[in-house]
Amino acid sequence: MTRIFRKPAAAAALLLTVSLAACSGGAAGTGTTAAPGSTPGLSGTLTVFAAASLKSTFTDLATIFEKDNPRAKVALSFDGSSTLVSQITQGAPADVFASADQANMAKLSDARLVEGTPAIFATNILTMVVPPDNPAHIKTFADLARPGVKVVVCAAQVPCGAAAKTDEAAAGVVVKPVSEELNVTSVLGKVTSGEADAGLVYVTDAATAGDKVKAIPLKLARPTVNKYPIAAVATSQKQALAKAFLTLVTGPAGRKVLRDAGFGTP
Amino acid sequence: MPALAPRNRPWQYQAVPRWVYVVAAAGALFVLVPLVGMVAKVNWGKFIPLITSPSSLDALLLSLKTASASTALCIIFGVPLALVLARAQFPGQRILRALILLPLVVPPVVGGLALLYTFGREGLVGRSLTVLGIDIAFSTTAVVMAQAFVALPFLVLSLEGTLRTAGQKYEAVAATLGARPSTVLRRITVPLVLPGLLSGAVLSFARSLGEFGATLTFAGSLQGVTRTLPLEIYLQRETDPDAAVALSFLLIAVAVVVVALTYRAPQQPARVPEPTEAAAP
Repeated sequence: MTRIFRKPAAAAALLLTVSLAACSGGAAGTGTTAAPGSTPGLSGTLTVFAAASLKSTFTDLATIFEKDNPRAKVALSFDGSSTLVSQITQGAPADVFASADQANMAKLSDARLVEGTPAIFATNILTMVVPPDNPAHIKTFADLARPGVKVVVCAAQVPCGAAAKTDEAAAGVVVKPVSEELNVTSVLGKVTSGEADAGLVYVTDAATAGDKVKAIPLKLARPTVNKYPIAAVATSQKQALAKAFLTLVTGPAGRKVLRDAGFGTP
Repeated sequence: MPALAPRNRPWQYQAVPRWVYVVAAAGALFVLVPLVGMVAKVNWGKFIPLITSPSSLDALLLSLKTASASTALCIIFGVPLALVLARAQFPGQRILRALILLPLVVPPVVGGLALLYTFGREGLVGRSLTVLGIDIAFSTTAVVMAQAFVALPFLVLSLEGTLRTAGQKYEAVAATLGARPSTVLRRITVPLVLPGLLSGAVLSFARSLGEFGATLTFAGSLQGVTRTLPLEIYLQRETDPDAAVALSFLLIAVAVVVVALTYRAPQQPARVPEPTEAAAP
């Protein structure tokens, strides 16, 4: 909006109306809903709620989807999976939900908000990351247990922390972290800023960080594999559009984008 | 001993247009209804066990400890800052004021990043501190610094306002009677603006108690060391929404008690009893 309002009250009233409209339902004003079945071109706006770790891949996939379906638009919202689940259960207008773990998808299923059975479309495993100059000379997973090494992990309550705990137990490594962060981005941030000597993040996070970190594989015989499920939201009025998006994500094009970003695919 | 404003004023113009009440009521409801909504969500049956779990108690104690320490820091540095801004005159004063108030408008995460790039291991100042063997990141000290950073403007702003309203009459009189500047500050200025200082300190404490973004970015999150109540709430929300709601209620209760005990309406600097012009506006 570029118009300048002379009366602040008018501007405030409009702002309030717009934001209320945006909050309620969301289905209104987002274009025509795709007719089910045989319509040649799908149209309308599909709202996709996706885990934060899917930001770059799903942005690419949305672009591909819009190219394939010129009359369709994809609106993306990225956040922690549990945040997205609570938003959807509180009535946020999502058509598709892509979770970073199965526990959060199960929460949505329990609320009877999942259409059909969720499909696993990607997998992720943990890796060690260290600052580029590797100040603590980390070489193996066991090095993280050395006294004086500042290790940052996710808290056990979030998926990456749960995975870290399992991997530590499997390798018999007892890590005493200096911080248990609330999400994986914070772990990565503490390593890229050089504050921590090492951190445990997903391989895709390490790939995103590029040369700001050095990734050192955990080399576990059986690493904890985090599975990413995707499903249409039951209350969505755009099931045809949602189904088309799910097909793209789980199909060859989706797999290519996800693999290029470091994800495993089932 | 500063006296309170008299309760029975002779007559004062007080008419407020009726529509103002309507809008004010809407504003009050906007703040109060969400609080009611949250209280309605509290699982009272499990409330006590939820807030007395070891992680909850650790978080509460850490929050009270760090918020007190940060309030002390705010007083130590904030009082001189407010004095300089309200009383002194020097070039760049307006710019200084704007910069000091910056943490009010900057997102706390940005404040945390700024602290990280200054006091972190690779930071501007932190690098030298590391050489001296002082490591701030991931320590309780970092939590206090993050809180003081975001809370300082509240104290400075509140106290500067009080200093300006209080005026300099009594200070000038004391000075003409031969009091040195430090004596004037101790015997006249500070007692005069004590209510403003108190409400500023309460605001700083409340802001410190609620600090989340800067702490998360700068200090990290470890039980008993850096994980304050707001961080614990955010974390509990992931797996146990009941615990998150219970802790939120606890945090609000603590804040309400602290504010109710000490905070008075702003813009009422204490007046030194003054028989000749007591009722003057």
